This record gives sequence, C-alpha cells and structure tokens, in this order.
Amino acid sequence: MRLEYFQMITRVISFDAEAKTLTAAADVPAESPVFEGHFPGYPLLPGVLMIEAMAQTSGWLILGLNGLTAMPFLTGANSAKMRDFVPPSTPLQVHAHLIGDGSGYAVTKAHITREGKKVAEAEIRFAVKTFPDPKFAQMIREWGERLEFPFEKLAAA
Amino acid sequence: MSSTFETVSKIISETCDIPLEKITPESHAIDDLGIDSLDFLDIAFAIDKAFGIKLPLEKWTQEVNEGKAKTEDYFVLGALCAKIDELVAAKGAA
Repeated sequence: MRLEYFQMITRVISFDAEAKTLTAAADVPAESPVFEGHFPGYPLLPGVLMIEAMAQTSGWLILGLNGLTAMPFLTGANSAKMRDFVPPSTPLQVHAHLIGDGSGYAVTKAHITREGKKVAEAEIRFAVKTFPDPKFAQMIREWGERLEFPFEKLAAA
Repeated sequence: MSSTFETVSKIISETCDIPLEKITPESHAIDDLGIDSLDFLDIAFAIDKAFGIKLPLEKWTQEVNEGKAKTEDYFVLGALCAKIDELVAAKGAA
C-alpha cells in the first residue's frame, strides 16, 4: 500500500476467471502522512481507504475478466461496513467476487480480512468504459505487472 | 405474475426514489423522470437480474449518438418494456 498515492494493493495473490474471484494482498505501511492526521497519536487506516482497497481489488478482477479491454470506474458502494480498526503495519487480504455485469457496468461483492477475520465489506458498482487512450491502457498493464497480476490467466475478451 | 411494466416501474421507483404513480408507459426515463446515466446503470443491473437478460445499453447509446435512433426508441418506458420482452423471447428461443 502507498496510501498517499492511492495505491492500495501490494500484489495480486490469485485470480480465478471461472469463479470470477480475485484476492489481493494489501500491506498497511508502518508510516504514512495519512496516519499523522487519522488520528494524531492513534493511527488507524481510514474506512474510505478500505473501500478504495476493495474497489481496486474489484477493478483488477473486472480487468482480468474483460481481458484488459475496458476500464472500470467506481460509481457506488452499497452496504459498506467497517467491522474493526486497522492500525499501521497490518497485512490485509482483499477478496472480490463478481456478482453481476452487463453492458457498461459491473457489480462486485468485496471484503477485507486480517488473519482470516473480516474487517470490512461492501457491494461495489462500476461503470465500465473504453480506455480513454492507448497510453492509459498501457499504464494499467504496467501497473498490473508491478502487482504480479497473472496475465497468463486473462479471460478472453 | 407481474407484467414487464410493473416490474420495471417498481425497479425504477426503488432505485431512483420516484413515486410509483409518476411512472407511466409514456414516461421518458431521462426527460420526464430525470434519470441520469449513473442511475440507469443501477436500473440496468436490476432489470438484467430480474429478467435474466443483458440490456445492450452501450449499443443503444451508440445508435442514439450516431443519429440512427431516437432516445424515445429505448428510453420511453413502454418502448423499453417492449425491448425487454423481445430480449426475453430471444433468450427463450435460443
């Protein structure tokens, strides 16, 4: 996680195109300017960043399922719950499962676990749009390489 | 069994918080009901799930943008329900 750059995923652990699931590691850093304000003397990962982590994990799932042909953009989060505090230096796993998709949209259910215990969950919705330009698509592919996304498992578009 | 219009109007009412009595087969989703593209994605998800189809929203939008169709061809609710019935029938025939 690089919180100040909104890069919430450390690496992709697994991607299953048939089951429509993806799991990612999200290692909360020991230090970040975010923790200086949230909260001074009592640092906690903000709940909105947990939602962002679930959105990014879901985003990689959708990209994997569409063969990196269209970009998911966050449009909504329903039934979001933050069940426990997450302090610095916490290794998290983020799980996403596609529950619906159609023409120009996708919907996932996602949750975050710490040592197997659920700490957050949400249903997340996306508009799925053509990449604004080829450079954007290339940037996403390179980002995926840094996250060790298993490109060999990409679903056919 | 509910009619297509009853199901669709209920979905729109619940998704967009629009009173059911304001929704008629003549209502234009955009011009009369003020539904925006974001809400329409949520409506499409609910319709797809309810009828077991996939509304071709992107194709319709492209046709409107290219002047090959008018918004009322797809977004007046009576016409939308007719399209849904066609998609359901095509799915059954497949």
